[in-house]
Amino acid sequence: MKTALPFRELSPAPERVEIRFDGAPLALPPGANLAAALLAAGAGHFRTTPVSGAPRAPFCMMGACYDCLVVIEGAQVQACMTQVEAGMVVTRAPLREAGLDD
Amino acid sequence: MTDADLLIVGAGPAGMAAAATAAYLGLTVALLDEQPAPGGQIYRAITSGGAERGAVLGPDYLSGKDLADALGSDKITLIPGATVWQIDEAGWLAYSQGGVGKRIAGRRILLANGALERPMPIPGWTLPGVMTAGAGQILLKQSGMVAEQAVLAGSGPLLYLLAQQMIRAGCPPLALVETQTLADLVHARRYLLGALRDWRTLAKGSKLLSEIRRAGVKRYRGASELRVEGQDKADSLVFQCGGKQERLACQTVLLHHGVVPNTQATRALRLEHDWDERQRCFRPRCDRFGATAIANLYLAGDGKGIGGAQVAETEGRLAAVAIAHDLERIDTREFKRRASPLKSARKQALAARALLDTAYPPYAESLRPSDETLVCRCEEVTAGQIRGYAKRGCQGPNQTKAFGRPGMGPCQGRYCGLTVTEILAEANGTTPEEVGYYRLRQPLKPVSLGEFVGLTEEKDPA
Repeated sequence: MKTALPFRELSPAPERVEIRFDGAPLALPPGANLAAALLAAGAGHFRTTPVSGAPRAPFCMMGACYDCLVVIEGAQVQACMTQVEAGMVVTRAPLREAGLDD
Repeated sequence: MTDADLLIVGAGPAGMAAAATAAYLGLTVALLDEQPAPGGQIYRAITSGGAERGAVLGPDYLSGKDLADALGSDKITLIPGATVWQIDEAGWLAYSQGGVGKRIAGRRILLANGALERPMPIPGWTLPGVMTAGAGQILLKQSGMVAEQAVLAGSGPLLYLLAQQMIRAGCPPLALVETQTLADLVHARRYLLGALRDWRTLAKGSKLLSEIRRAGVKRYRGASELRVEGQDKADSLVFQCGGKQERLACQTVLLHHGVVPNTQATRALRLEHDWDERQRCFRPRCDRFGATAIANLYLAGDGKGIGGAQVAETEGRLAAVAIAHDLERIDTREFKRRASPLKSARKQALAARALLDTAYPPYAESLRPSDETLVCRCEEVTAGQIRGYAKRGCQGPNQTKAFGRPGMGPCQGRYCGLTVTEILAEANGTTPEEVGYYRLRQPLKPVSLGEFVGLTEEKDPA
């Protein structure tokens, strides 16, 4: 069953650039708020929690809650405080590196 | 070396109005904001996308355009995309812009950092698909996005405004699940006479409600035992209403039960804070012009006590006039002449506040949530665990950190602090005022080592 996207875009931006989100290509509007653009694309969860591994997605959209953390160029950043750029490689947080886990 | 007479943190209604007034009175101003454009949350994206959506967002939103336009003065340097993480009493700020740490100095600092949504912990509130109503509005203003199959839950006029905007966008919410009761409304009646001085706000409210009714959006009033259900994302809101259990299948739940001052900076600066019983939150201590116990530090807007956009705007102007007087740019006579109409305007804009606060109180079960409810979203600490700490002798919020790390995640207590205070007050049979709040420290936001080390002093005010 195909589920409808949870958000409707009133006037979808015609221009799109390709980024990668957890390996999958997505076409998002350049300069758009990354968290919003990922939500519009139906990205699901953005990170899992370090304590229980629970999925999280944007909650406040104003840089306060840190539930939209993603990893870009090795650093954890708030997706809601980041703008979409062509070629961006975004992965879900936390960054899994040998030696950092467990 | 100073880069500007006045540094303003936050370009919402208070910060923008303060900048324009200060510049008019001859002060040089640097206005910093975390977002890429001025507006704050209430007028988010007012200079770009949002303005095109005027028909959906309404005239109150569009009125923010005038404030943003007034920033064109050559005495104002707008520094957008700037996350302020250190405020020093010596008169400088450290901030990050595009991943680079910078510093700026000024003779006076005005904090206009606004409000946060009051934390609304209910079971399931951490699931993807649950957001604040404010987040729902930000998506609409900045990105032109409306949640499909959404339920709005909690209490307060913002829920009605968002519902109206969603209706106008052609995507009405499935329902409004409201936690305020008839008793709250009866209780609020005693403020009606005072509120009539701001009859325009009351008239707007009644227009909102009739628009929601005409659109056929179902309203549940006096709802309790709210919880969000779902496996990896929210799929329904379950609650009790009129003696029955209701279950609404949905994709998005937007929560709101008021906003509270963002006191992260004023706490870190060790200002005194007073408990506001009616609004159930702490407010930093300052005089009516926003002057604080720190000689060069002023406050304005929702960050010093919730009043809304109109109040914030007049407070921004009042603080700017007081600062201009303080810096001897205007004499006492001019100060009084300029402050007097602003004080009346502020009083007028506050007239309906007591009525609204009382008619739409915070949702009691979120102030002191059930044991299984997660309170600290970051470190995943439940209300039951906090009560357990109290049983083992924990007196204050700061001590809870040693028991189980609440407030120690990246949000630095923004979405659990008030709840921890309320739970401890109840568990220890005392008051929130007595319990106090987390002891906060700078940096105000997580900073990378690179931003910290690379801190470069701005060479020239240019």
